[in-house]
Amino acid sequence: MSRQSSKKRAGASAKRNGRAAANGAAPDSGRLLSWYRDMLLIRRFEERAGQMYGMGLIGGFCHLYIGQEAVVVGIQACLGERDSVVTGYRDHGHMLAAGMDARGVMAELTGREGGYSRGKGGSMHMFSREKNFFGGHGIVAAQVPLGVGLGFSHRYKGEDGVSVVYFGDGAANQGQVYESLNLAALWELPVLFVIENNKYGMGTAVSRAAAGSGLHARGGGFGIPGRLVDGMDVRAVHAAASEAVAEARAGRPAILEMETYRYRGHSMSDPAKYRTREEVNRMRRDRDPIERLRHVLESEGHAGADALKAIDAEVREIVSDAAQFAEQSPEPDPSELYTDVLLEA
Amino acid sequence: MPVAVTMPALSPTMTEGTLARWLVSEGDRVSPGDVLAEIETDKATMEVEAVDEGIVASLAVPEGTEGIEVNATILWLKAEGESAEAAPVAEAPRPVAKAPPPAKPSREASKPAPEVDYRGETVEMTVREALRDAMAEEMRRDEAVFVMGEEVAEYEGAYKVTQGLLAEFGPRRVRDTPITEHGFAGLGVGAAFGGLRPVVEFMTFNFAMQAIDQIVNSAAKTLYMSGGQMGCPIVFRGPNGAAARVAAQHSQCYASWYAHIPGLTVVSPFSAADAKGLLKAAIRNPNPVIFLENEILYGQRGAVPTDPERTVPIGRAGVLRPGRDVTIVAFSRMCAVALEAAEMLAGEGIDAEVIDLRTLRPLDRETIAASIRKTNRIVSVEEGWPVAGIGSEIAAIAMEDAFDWLDAPAMRVTGEDVPMPYAANLEALALPDAARVAAAARAVCYA
Repeated sequence: MSRQSSKKRAGASAKRNGRAAANGAAPDSGRLLSWYRDMLLIRRFEERAGQMYGMGLIGGFCHLYIGQEAVVVGIQACLGERDSVVTGYRDHGHMLAAGMDARGVMAELTGREGGYSRGKGGSMHMFSREKNFFGGHGIVAAQVPLGVGLGFSHRYKGEDGVSVVYFGDGAANQGQVYESLNLAALWELPVLFVIENNKYGMGTAVSRAAAGSGLHARGGGFGIPGRLVDGMDVRAVHAAASEAVAEARAGRPAILEMETYRYRGHSMSDPAKYRTREEVNRMRRDRDPIERLRHVLESEGHAGADALKAIDAEVREIVSDAAQFAEQSPEPDPSELYTDVLLEA
Repeated sequence: MPVAVTMPALSPTMTEGTLARWLVSEGDRVSPGDVLAEIETDKATMEVEAVDEGIVASLAVPEGTEGIEVNATILWLKAEGESAEAAPVAEAPRPVAKAPPPAKPSREASKPAPEVDYRGETVEMTVREALRDAMAEEMRRDEAVFVMGEEVAEYEGAYKVTQGLLAEFGPRRVRDTPITEHGFAGLGVGAAFGGLRPVVEFMTFNFAMQAIDQIVNSAAKTLYMSGGQMGCPIVFRGPNGAAARVAAQHSQCYASWYAHIPGLTVVSPFSAADAKGLLKAAIRNPNPVIFLENEILYGQRGAVPTDPERTVPIGRAGVLRPGRDVTIVAFSRMCAVALEAAEMLAGEGIDAEVIDLRTLRPLDRETIAASIRKTNRIVSVEEGWPVAGIGSEIAAIAMEDAFDWLDAPAMRVTGEDVPMPYAANLEALALPDAARVAAAARAVCYA
C-alpha cells in the first residue's frame, strides 16, 4: 500500500529516536533537531489541512492541533515500539508523531481509498496497528477507559509496554475518566494519562468548566500523582514525560497536565468569539513551541541556518506530497460500503 | 398457639430451596436473630434467622430435604410451658420436589433436548452450569480469554454463573471490578483492541445502559472506522429481560436495542445446550457479541454436550417443535411460553411450529421464511416492548421474504407498552403468557 512507502515519507522520526531516550540527560543536538522537524511537520501539515478544508476537499469535523505540537512530540519521544497510544479527535499530530505516514493521514482527511481507514473513518477515526496507534476517538473521553484497557493488555500479556492516553481539559470532567483512574490505580496498570489543557473545551474556558485546584491534581484521591508541565516547551515536556513514563511502566499510573494552547478554533466552524485576538496573538508571539525551540537551536549552536532551512524544505516536500496524494487518491470503491462491518468468524 | 416458621424467599426469583442444615434442635430456646437453619438456593447458601422468641417445638422437615417450596412450614415454635403436642406436625406441608409453581407454569414447561442431529455424549446440567462450563472450557483453550465484572470472582457471580472460575484460573483471569460499568466496559474494549478476548459480565443488562456508548461507539463501530484494522473480540454477557418483581428499572429486554446496531452480533439462548454451545461460539467469534441470558432460565436443566470442541453456530435458529398450521417464533424464556401455547393449541387441533431464534442479529431469515412457506402463518413472541421490537423485524421479514405464502398478517405478542410494574398482578399482565400466544395463533388461523 502506498502509505508504507519510502522512509522519506515517514511521518516523523520521534519513534526512531525514542529508543535512544536517556532519562535525565540533556537532549543532544540530533534529538533537538528531530523534535523541531516533527513539530514543524505537524504545523505545516495542519496548515495545509486547514487550507484544504477551505477548498472543500476535507469535510465534516476537522480539529487542528496547531499550537500544541510540543506536547505530543515531547511525549512520543519517550516511547518505544512496544508502547501504545490512544487519543481523542484532535489527533492528526498524534498520528504523525507516532510515525504514521503523512500521505495516509491526509488521504483519510479527504475520504479517499489511500487513507488509513480507507476513507471510512475521517479526521477523528484513524488507527495503525503497525504503530500501536489505537485512534482517533470521536466521543469526548471515550478513549480514556480504552487506554486503560490497552495498559491492562500489556500487563496481562506480561509485556512491559506503557499505554499513553491523551485527552483534553474538556474530557477531564467526564465521569468515565474517574472510573478509569480508579481502575488503573487499583490494578496497578502501566498507564500515563496526558491531559492536554488548551484552555478551552470548545468555547468554554477551563475556569468555567472545572472546579478544584488544577486538572493534574484530579488523581489525588486515587493515589495517582500529577504534574503541571509547560506544554509549550518540548524540552520540559520530554523531561517530565521521561519520569512519568518510567513510573507508569513500573505499574504506577501517572498524570501529566500539559499547559498548552490551540491557535485555531475548536473545529473549522468555530467563530472563536470566546477569546480575544490579542490573547491568541500574545500566545503565538511569546510562547510558540516551534519558535522557542528554533531560538534554542540557534542560540545554543545546535544547528545553523542551513540545517534549519533543509528541515523546512523537507517538511514542505512531505506535506505537498501528502496533499497531492490525498487529492489524487480515488474515493473508495462503492463495494467498500459493506466491508469491515464484521470480521469473518 | 405454636408459631410456624416458613421457607423464606431469599431472592426475587426463588421458588424453592433445600434445607441444608439445622442449627437448632427440638427443645432449644431461640431469640430473634438466632440462626435457625441454612438454606441452599440455586444461587447461594443463606441463613434463616428467628424472628420470634420461643422454644423449638418440632422440625417440620429433615435436614437435606430438597425442593421445599417458599412458604412451606419448616419449623414450629412454641411458647414457654406450651405443649409440644399443640404443634400440628402431622399437617406440616410435605415438601413437593420440583413441582411447577401454579402461577407461572411456563417457567418449567419445557426442557428441550439438544439438537436432533447431535449424537455425542451429553450430561444433564442447568443453564447456569452450562454457561460456566462454556467459559471454563474456552479459558482452558485460549490464554487470551479472561472474565471480568462485578462479583464474578470472589463472590462467584451475583447469579453464581462464574462459580469455580476463580479457583481454577486465579485472579489474573477472573477479575472483580468496581461498580463502574462505563469504565470497565471501556477497559474491556481496549483490552480487546490490545489482543485479548474479554468476557465482560454485566450483573444484569439493565446496568449496561451505563456503558452503552462504549458498546456501540467503541466496540461495534471501530472495525469499520479503521478500515478493518481494529477487530474487537469481546463478549458482553449477563441476564436480560424481566426477572420477577424487580420493577421497571431492573426488568427490560434489550434485544432490539442491540440488534439494531451494525457491528454487533446478538445471541439469546433458551436451552442449556445452546447456552453452552453459543457462548463458546461467541467467545471464539472475532467480533463483539452481546449475549443475553435470562435469570429465570438459569436453574433450568437440560442435556448438554460434553465435547469441548462442540459449538452451536451463531446465526441459526432452531426448530423446537415442528408443526404445519402456524409458526410461532420466540427467543430465550419466551420459547417456554411458545411451547406451552403450542400444547394448548394441539388440544384444539392446531399444529404449531415453534422456532427458537437463538440469534437476533443476524436473524435466520431462511429458517423463518421456510417455516412460513410451510404454515402460511406467523406469530412472534417477545418480552420486550412492541415498538421497533424484534417482532417488528419478524413481520418485515415475513413480508419481504414470504409475502406470497402468507394467509394472514403476521402478528406480534409482546410485553405491554408500559414500564414494568411491581405489583404481582400487574407484572403478570405486562408479560406475554401462553394464553395470549395461543389467542394470537388462533387469530392468524382464523380459528
